Amino acid sequence: MAEIVIVGAGPAGIAAAEVLVAQDQRVTLLDEAAQAGGQGYRRPSPSLAIDMAGLMGSEAGKYAGLHARFERLRPQLDYRPGTLVWAMDGDRLHVLTGGRAGTVRFDMLMLATGAMDRIAPLPGWTLPGVFTLGGAQVVLKDQGCLIGRRVAFLGSSPLLTLAAKQYRAMGGEVVVIADTTPLYAKIATSPALLRAPRTLLRGLAYTAQAMIAGTPLLNGVKPIAVEGTERVEALVLRDASGRERRFACDAVALGYGLKPETQLADLAGAEFAYDRDFRLFLPKADAFGRVRRGLYLAGDGARIGGADAAEASGALAAHAVLADLGLQQDIAAIRPLARRVQRLRDFQRGLARAFAWPSRQIGALPDETVLCRCERVTVGEVRGAMTKGLGPVEVNRVKAMTRCGMGRCQGRVCGPALQEVVAAAAGHDVEAGGRLRGQAPVKPIALVAAEETP
Amino acid sequence: MFRVAKRDGARVTLTLDGEPIGATAGDSVLAALLSHGPILRRLEFGGEPRAGFCLMGACQDCWVWSEAGGRIRACTTPVAEGMRLFTEAQVQARG
Repeated sequence: MAEIVIVGAGPAGIAAAEVLVAQDQRVTLLDEAAQAGGQGYRRPSPSLAIDMAGLMGSEAGKYAGLHARFERLRPQLDYRPGTLVWAMDGDRLHVLTGGRAGTVRFDMLMLATGAMDRIAPLPGWTLPGVFTLGGAQVVLKDQGCLIGRRVAFLGSSPLLTLAAKQYRAMGGEVVVIADTTPLYAKIATSPALLRAPRTLLRGLAYTAQAMIAGTPLLNGVKPIAVEGTERVEALVLRDASGRERRFACDAVALGYGLKPETQLADLAGAEFAYDRDFRLFLPKADAFGRVRRGLYLAGDGARIGGADAAEASGALAAHAVLADLGLQQDIAAIRPLARRVQRLRDFQRGLARAFAWPSRQIGALPDETVLCRCERVTVGEVRGAMTKGLGPVEVNRVKAMTRCGMGRCQGRVCGPALQEVVAAAAGHDVEAGGRLRGQAPVKPIALVAAEETP
Repeated sequence: MFRVAKRDGARVTLTLDGEPIGATAGDSVLAALLSHGPILRRLEFGGEPRAGFCLMGACQDCWVWSEAGGRIRACTTPVAEGMRLFTEAQVQARG
């Protein structure tokens, strides 16, 4: 029997495993987290008394349903929580489980590695108290903690109002919700969003709740800086009318939409293409998530689509695995899944256009702004290195010269912003600058672990 | 960082730069340290304060130093009784 390995136990990985197990396939499910569910459906850590149903709101039923399904599925899987996949070598994954190194062989590999926040830097963003927007939600679900008592939400994302609602409900003060996208830009793209009216209405409801709560809700802002010496003291920005405004706070949540975690897809040899709507390099796959026979991508790790699309795309990719193994498939199930994935991803594409990544603002960041937080490389250092570089400008050359993107996060955080800074300084578009290539280990591991590998 | 949900569990004591910090079993190292003070570590390049960023194991900005000279990713590591952690590398302890 084929060895089928799924990496990631979020909605995509779980839905894929369900389809495969129903066909009596042997499935190994590797997940870096201690508990299944991914980031969006993150479970509280053991013994935490938190009202998850209240926190999940309209998604509470889906949250409970996914975890119930996983518990039924779990005895039929080789499920390995707490397992980091850090490298790949032919048909073997190099893994680390609780500090112990090992390898896992596969015939069919499905990567359902999820996403993280995309971040636009601003002066002061490395201060303690500045966190990602997704992280602000994860630490609430996982640890029952708010990132601060008085929180500013900054970025370009419909998730700003959702997270702000959760923070208000849990007793946090929301000092401002500031979106870099002008209001007219959101309205102009709203026809694309009408295809998923339920999601659109939910977004409008969060906005209305913020207004009722008296939270300043600003569109079309230009972020200036996070102020503070040893920790966050205020967020300073210019509002759409050009007025400089200062919001005293002890924490800032930053989120400019999500970006897929594609490091393993990169190591597995997937090709990437630049996507003009998301302004990201994304791995190429067919409508089922198939990169080639034996390699499949599902969920937000392939294309941002949200939890519902992740589930459907996981099931769809599992059907592709079955087809490629020459096994009988449920044709009647496949077509609606494909339509669902397409519709939900189209909606997210519309959102990416409406809540635009502020590429011009990033290209114009002041020189002193830290761009790479791992190695503390500034925007000015990157621009300076580019004036010395010979030959065509390419982001991997800039990385080699400046160490921007070479730190522990492997360019996960600074990568998209680095692309914009390089493109703006070189005067060409982002696509021409290329993408930061992935390298093993995809996350830091102890050297002894690499040596132990059998 | 401040707590808005209670947790039942064994009381645990760890230290950061020698200062005792009370926590509850199930807490992440990050939540335990940041509900006590604003800083997790000092950056190797220039010593500026850091407190993590992504809170989901991706950015690697929340690593704190252990007594043995190893590093712990605070956002994904649960607290354990007697952990002795540091905001900067303990050069002597490594020898």
